Amino acid sequence: MKVKFWGVRGSIPSPGPKTMRYGGNTTCIEVRTDGNDLIVLDGGTGIFPLAQTLLKELPVTAHIFNTHSHWDHIHGLPFFIPIFIPGNNIHLYGAFDPISGAGPERIMSIQMQYSYFPVREAEMQSRIHYQTVMPGEMVSVGTATVTPTLLNHPVINLGYRIECNGKSVFFTGDHEPHYNIYVPGDDGYAEYQALVEEQWQSIVESIRGVDILIADSAYTRQEYPAKKGWGHGTFDSSIQLALAAGAKTLYCTHHEPTRSDDDLERVFAEALARYDGTAGLPAIRLAREGDEIEI
Amino acid sequence: MTEAPAKITDKLSAAVEKMPAFPKSVQRVLEITRDINLQPKELVSVIEKDPVMTMKLLRIINSAYYNFPKQVTTVNQALVYLGLNTVKNMALSFAAAGVLPQQNAAGFDMQRYLMHSLTTASLARMVCQKFGGDADPGDCYLAGLLHDFGKVVFAQFMPGEFREALAICQEQAIPLHLAERQAIGVDHSVVGAMLVEKWQFPKLLADAINRHHGDISPENTMLCSLFVADQISKKLSMGHSGNLVVDELPPALVDRFGGNIDGIIARLGDLSRVAEEAQSFAKIGTEATA
Repeated sequence: MKVKFWGVRGSIPSPGPKTMRYGGNTTCIEVRTDGNDLIVLDGGTGIFPLAQTLLKELPVTAHIFNTHSHWDHIHGLPFFIPIFIPGNNIHLYGAFDPISGAGPERIMSIQMQYSYFPVREAEMQSRIHYQTVMPGEMVSVGTATVTPTLLNHPVINLGYRIECNGKSVFFTGDHEPHYNIYVPGDDGYAEYQALVEEQWQSIVESIRGVDILIADSAYTRQEYPAKKGWGHGTFDSSIQLALAAGAKTLYCTHHEPTRSDDDLERVFAEALARYDGTAGLPAIRLAREGDEIEI
Repeated sequence: MTEAPAKITDKLSAAVEKMPAFPKSVQRVLEITRDINLQPKELVSVIEKDPVMTMKLLRIINSAYYNFPKQVTTVNQALVYLGLNTVKNMALSFAAAGVLPQQNAAGFDMQRYLMHSLTTASLARMVCQKFGGDADPGDCYLAGLLHDFGKVVFAQFMPGEFREALAICQEQAIPLHLAERQAIGVDHSVVGAMLVEKWQFPKLLADAINRHHGDISPENTMLCSLFVADQISKKLSMGHSGNLVVDELPPALVDRFGGNIDGIIARLGDLSRVAEEAQSFAKIGTEATA
């Protein structure tokens, strides 16, 4: 299996001299199975340069798994050129949203409205298939399987585990570890704590033993208290998740848009130093736009 | 009444999806969600005091879309699974359905109903915690909150028939559920149970709601806790929902609890907080609509 990062930035595209090394595009990860099936994790702006490379291998069948519907994970989708070319097959998978009562089809219909985009949804010439996926229900893609897990974000967010011939990758999308909304002494504290621990364990099990864990590490430990409830993890929370799940390699992603490359390397090094000498520590890296990993 | 119960349930289930919630919770949801620093536990405490909001939230979360390993029965669970923002926006959509009118064509007292449901819920949880057994206290709270939900559904969607049932109950001095059977053909415990079953709530919950006017098996902790709480709420005048009759504890329950209702009340200790909390919630709701 091959994994390539096309966008590693969180929230908003952040091009410029300070983000040249790690990249400014928002979330998009290309995964190629052993059978060369194309799986795309999220359609942030990184999906646009990916689309350019696909024009050489038409007709394209792409399986795009959307973790959640926030802009930075969908706003490249109308620029995914293969959707306009007849003969291509595009599968878009995503969660059911209890507020709108809709699945991933709404991601395209909302973005391709007249005021926001010049081409209408009806004018897409490829064959588009929308599929609402459920936590725990495996989807087959060629020689691989993809299993969604419900994580924690201000909108329904699914993490995806991809397995192919004994190799595996897990991508969290955006995820903040659950925390207790009560304080010790409150009536609901113990009950809620048990729920939080149950969720932690169930998420760890869904990631158990992966070769690569790609996890939302937007904030530092120091920044987190001011961002609690925003739905993002920290370098520390991702490292702890990787440790608990026995992941072999952790890639930290969803880099904070105001963080320069130099600052990113500095805060990452500080976080790593805290785990120096920890038994069972996986290899830990920063996700970088353009990097390709083979497992 | 010519319709079969299953047909009534289908009709009522569709109607409940659009049903407005109680005035106080709608008002509180609108107030607290204006604050970007909303405390999640405040939101939980508002939703879990409203039988309509709780029903709607749990109906959606237990639907086939999320495939949770077990059925969700508490608002706290819903918050852990779906996250604060999603639950907040769900509550806002419930609030957008308007408020349940305090006056209805059936002449059913919504405030007393809410008081009775809230106190029965808290008492059922306390009884379960105090006397033990194999039930979850959170499930017992839900059973108490929803045990008479069928009545509010009747009042809202079958007011003519329910008004007749309330009249029969008064004139013939019989329990309301028997009067409902005469006037509607089915009683609130059956309709309430069928609704929660249709919405994939736990089978034990549907069973407890269904049987709260029937044979109370001493082995069934949730049913026992609900039955005892229902009687305490009426006995201490914490509210009622059209039925003032306090049932005696069957001998098997006296054995299980080591005493009668008065004995259980004594062992539960100070219950004034239960009534006060419920009252503040039910009462301000009335003022809000004035």
